[in-house]
Amino acid sequence: MSMAAGEKISPSEDRTKKAWLAHLSLIIICLLMFVPFLWMVSTSFKTLDKTMEYPPRWWPKPFAWRNYVDVFFSEKVNLLLWTRNTLIIEVLSVSGTVISSAIVAYGFAKIQFKGRGVLFVIMLSTMMIPFPVTMVPLFTIFRWLGDHTGTQWLGTFKPLWVPTWFGQAFSIFLLRQFFMTIPDELSEAARIDGCSEMGIFLRVVLPLAKPALVVVALFAFMGTWNDFLGPLIYLQRPEQFTLALGLQNFQSQQGGTDWNYLMTASVLVILPVLTLFFLAQKTFIEGIATTGIKG
Amino acid sequence: MTKLERRNLFKGLAFLSPWLIGFAVFTLLPIILSFYFSLCDYSLLQTPVYRGAENYRTLATDPVFWQSMRVTAKFALLALPSGMILALILALLLNVKIRGQSIYRTIIFLPSLVPAVALAMIWLWLYNPKLGLINLGLRHLGVSSPPGWLSDPVWSLPALVLMSLWGVGNTVIIYLAGLQDVPADLYEAASLDGAGTLAKIWHVTIPSISPVIFFNLIIAIIGTVQQFTLPFIMTPSGQPARATYFYTMYLYDNAFSYLKMGQGSAMAWIQLLIILALTGIAFWTSKRWVYYQGK
Repeated sequence: MSMAAGEKISPSEDRTKKAWLAHLSLIIICLLMFVPFLWMVSTSFKTLDKTMEYPPRWWPKPFAWRNYVDVFFSEKVNLLLWTRNTLIIEVLSVSGTVISSAIVAYGFAKIQFKGRGVLFVIMLSTMMIPFPVTMVPLFTIFRWLGDHTGTQWLGTFKPLWVPTWFGQAFSIFLLRQFFMTIPDELSEAARIDGCSEMGIFLRVVLPLAKPALVVVALFAFMGTWNDFLGPLIYLQRPEQFTLALGLQNFQSQQGGTDWNYLMTASVLVILPVLTLFFLAQKTFIEGIATTGIKG
Repeated sequence: MTKLERRNLFKGLAFLSPWLIGFAVFTLLPIILSFYFSLCDYSLLQTPVYRGAENYRTLATDPVFWQSMRVTAKFALLALPSGMILALILALLLNVKIRGQSIYRTIIFLPSLVPAVALAMIWLWLYNPKLGLINLGLRHLGVSSPPGWLSDPVWSLPALVLMSLWGVGNTVIIYLAGLQDVPADLYEAASLDGAGTLAKIWHVTIPSISPVIFFNLIIAIIGTVQQFTLPFIMTPSGQPARATYFYTMYLYDNAFSYLKMGQGSAMAWIQLLIILALTGIAFWTSKRWVYYQGK
């Protein structure tokens, strides 16, 4: 199944009563679904006093495109800093997730050993454990690490990315499924040629698994981009805030009045995700269709 | 164990080692610690003091705990069925062979890509009692005193449910994928028996995709029980009247606002048991209504 259905639909098929009914209801629903986006974009180009105008205009006058510059350099909305922080965490956690999950997935997919099945089931079941269940002890573990390793953990980015270097269940699962489709004959041939297990992984399996690695990277990126509870617990100083946390903090500090800036910032937070979606539409849809998990 | 088996076991565990360490430190240890803390008086600053089932007894008589439980259950009872039914209807509409199908699909899917914080900002603005688009529209239609939405304890929870329907696109995609696997000959057979569109949906489509419905149900249950970010941002402390004070919000407040880590851990364990029980029930009852092809 794809978004861009390649099927040819004949005009006669499109003119049945059923088709008309589907068109009519879908047009109404799509309009309803799209209005919040339009309202957001419209507000993002308004001056503050025009957000309070009645009746509201869909086409802002004056057209305050400056909002998009202001949100990067204003005192209150420090989008530049928040984006920088988010990107640092993104780089560390996306690479961590992809590298460690690929190594573990190889073990699950390509090496026959006793207990593999049991470990795999345990790994799958950890996907069901929600973060709130483990967040209190994780907080104390990171505090303990700070007291006993000589480096600060709480109030730094570490709790947000270090765990990603230890494999992430959903990514391991996805990669393992993909590795299973690579014929064992390839790795056997390399083994006979005297290639080490790590060599087979790096030179035979990984190059063939590029599409799956992209999927995992994409989902890891989305997960970090959307994460709110993690940064909320671990980050303490405003200069460390991520986009999600910074935006929420700005909104709650000023009690929600600068709606134009809030909408401008929201547009900018959504934009990278939408861009990724349109670049990798098929990947997204298939990923969600097979796993049901978004980011 | 032969020499080869031993070597493979060693190699397998070596590849799994990132996950094995991560599982021990970031999942298993927290769950065990969480259980221990739940039996302790633990304020983070002092060492935990064992108190037996004290925390659980306190929670049992804590009206706020029960309020948070009620809010979460009410939300689940409203949001789960409406979301799943709407998603199914949309998937059926999007599966009708019509022109523009891919555009309809994309528009309906887009809202589910919006990061939670941006989603919260957009809907805070839409629900704004004075200036929000929803109330402007209602007044335009002649409703003289439209509800205060998030600032009205009667309407705040329904407002969150309504908002959750905007992001139904994820579930739609999973249904659509399921619809592609319904055997065409079943529809043909139903047509021969004189079944109309609705009869076909009820007797062919729904039984055929029941495993997908079941899968969506479990995902939705797990997601709903942990609902946090949106109500936390949009209705801080569930105000007014704690009408939207979700379970995870109280867990968070106990642990990180009041520093009652013991109490928070007890709530975490109760949450874990609730998720296990609900998923268990979903699995158990699925035998009655889930139909797997070829079985």
